Amino acid sequence: MRKARGLGRSEQRWGLIMAAPAILGFAVFTLVPMIASLFFSFTDWTIGGSFSFTGLANYRHMFGDDPLFYKSLTVTLYYTLGSVPLILIVGFLAAMLLNQNVRGKSAFRTIYYLPTLVPSVASAVLWIWIFNPDVGLLNSILKNVGLPGSKWIYDSSTAVPSLILMSTWGFGNAAVIFLAGLQGVPRQLYEAVAIDGGGAWRKFRHVTLPMMTPTIFYNLVTGVIGTFQVFNQAFVMTQGGPNNSTEFYIYYLYQTAFTKSEMGYASALAWVLFVIVLIVTLLLFRNARRWVYYEVGAAR
Amino acid sequence: MTETAFRGSGSITQHRARRRKRRPLARPALYLVLILGAIPTILPFIWLLRSAFMGSGQIFISPPQWIPHPWEWSNFSGALTAVTFGQYFINTLIIEVFVVIGTVLSCAVSAFSFARLRWRGRNVVFAVILTSLMLPYAVTLIPTFMAWQKLGAVNTFAPLIVPAFVTAGGVFNIFLMRQFFLTIPYELDEAAYIDGASPLQVFWTITIPLSRPVLVVVTLFTFVGVWNDFLNPLIYLNDSSKFTLALGLASFQSIYNAQWGYLMAASTVVIAPIIALFFFAQRYFIEGITLTGIKG
Repeated sequence: MRKARGLGRSEQRWGLIMAAPAILGFAVFTLVPMIASLFFSFTDWTIGGSFSFTGLANYRHMFGDDPLFYKSLTVTLYYTLGSVPLILIVGFLAAMLLNQNVRGKSAFRTIYYLPTLVPSVASAVLWIWIFNPDVGLLNSILKNVGLPGSKWIYDSSTAVPSLILMSTWGFGNAAVIFLAGLQGVPRQLYEAVAIDGGGAWRKFRHVTLPMMTPTIFYNLVTGVIGTFQVFNQAFVMTQGGPNNSTEFYIYYLYQTAFTKSEMGYASALAWVLFVIVLIVTLLLFRNARRWVYYEVGAAR
Repeated sequence: MTETAFRGSGSITQHRARRRKRRPLARPALYLVLILGAIPTILPFIWLLRSAFMGSGQIFISPPQWIPHPWEWSNFSGALTAVTFGQYFINTLIIEVFVVIGTVLSCAVSAFSFARLRWRGRNVVFAVILTSLMLPYAVTLIPTFMAWQKLGAVNTFAPLIVPAFVTAGGVFNIFLMRQFFLTIPYELDEAAYIDGASPLQVFWTITIPLSRPVLVVVTLFTFVGVWNDFLNPLIYLNDSSKFTLALGLASFQSIYNAQWGYLMAASTVVIAPIIALFFFAQRYFIEGITLTGIKG
């Protein structure tokens, strides 16, 4: 016997069967490991060793007397605060340019997008060579125009800014997303501004910018979450140095877990990161109500 | 990720801003800025290629030369025989095949259930699964590693492959596919059900053939993701005979860290297939990024 939707009672069963991969995957590879790492974070577990409960000892150590924890947090935050705004600004400007009716638009879009395709390890290897203080690309250019070179990733004061500069090379992803957003701005709105006698700035300030805030917000949130988890550059390019200046959070966590094999402490580090990411994301969302424009109906 | 927050943007994408008349000077200036922007983007690639094709004598000349003289292919043969890049390539492809198939199949089946079947608890389950998008991978990394170690699967491809078959790491794909499946008219399914088809048959003979664009997008992004993945191979693969290209390149760099010709040649070999894939399927790439940004 069949009901209106044609499937009848077996729909419940089929629904669960077909969603099983996702449910199973979530349970086995997200939920259980999450709970397990919370559990381990209260132990002194090392690889191969036995473990005992140490209560809040890991957390007390982390916040009380682990300078590397604070260092890695600062380094990561520094990187986020440098990289994310730069990528947003450069990506937005590039998208504004690409949104003009120019010939060869798709060629430029391709060129801007290409760096984001480079596998991060390959990009790290390439940029070590670009940053080479003696014969690297950047110092060669600086020397050519009569400027002093820099030691880039080989000096603790310039290492993170160098990595921020390198990350800006990958603005193309944000640019393509911005471009799609720009193409979705209804042109009647621009016409309305034009009728009122508004120029290019007015159009930008009162139409483009407000209509683009959801896209800006999206790129902001994904950018922040992404930069919080930077690892490959630190591992391949700097090994956290010089002088711990690029000791990114995940890199520190990796060392704790897989070099020092302190799995309990590393689990505590992971949970603290999780809570930090959660708080930052929530703050961003709360703050978004004040500046992100949603169409009627989508707004809260 | 934030369905409610971005629900608005989809409905207005049909309208495209048409161009208005411009001042005569604006156009050349625009091209100038576009080209000026393209130079720093393209320069690292030129630096990569020129170094890959230069002999060790020319590569260190200051100020740098841009055209290799002679064009030196020996960096490629040297780098590719110094370590077993051929093996890395095969390893990467093996993992690619399994992960791509596993991800596409498991995500598509699950997305079908969330989009086109009605069952109790569906929306709650879907929402809970989506929250894992916000989770830093570090939180699950350590217990997952310990479990694979207990199973004796470290230094095999299993930890890299198996999760793909239960959508792990691909939750965003479920979201993308679900969005796409929702746009297919339900009458098609209904007609098939009346003819006695099962949901699995409907999925396979109706939904899948109609969903080519989203399947291609997920395939491409999964492929690129596996190609670029570094942390997982680093943790799970110990023997260099098991290395992937990304891991192999990193270990190559740590050994031959002053052989810039070799390093740039090896990097070129790792980068080239992805760039080639992009030019081959550019439309889908751009579509995919746009989907993630706008509908996401």
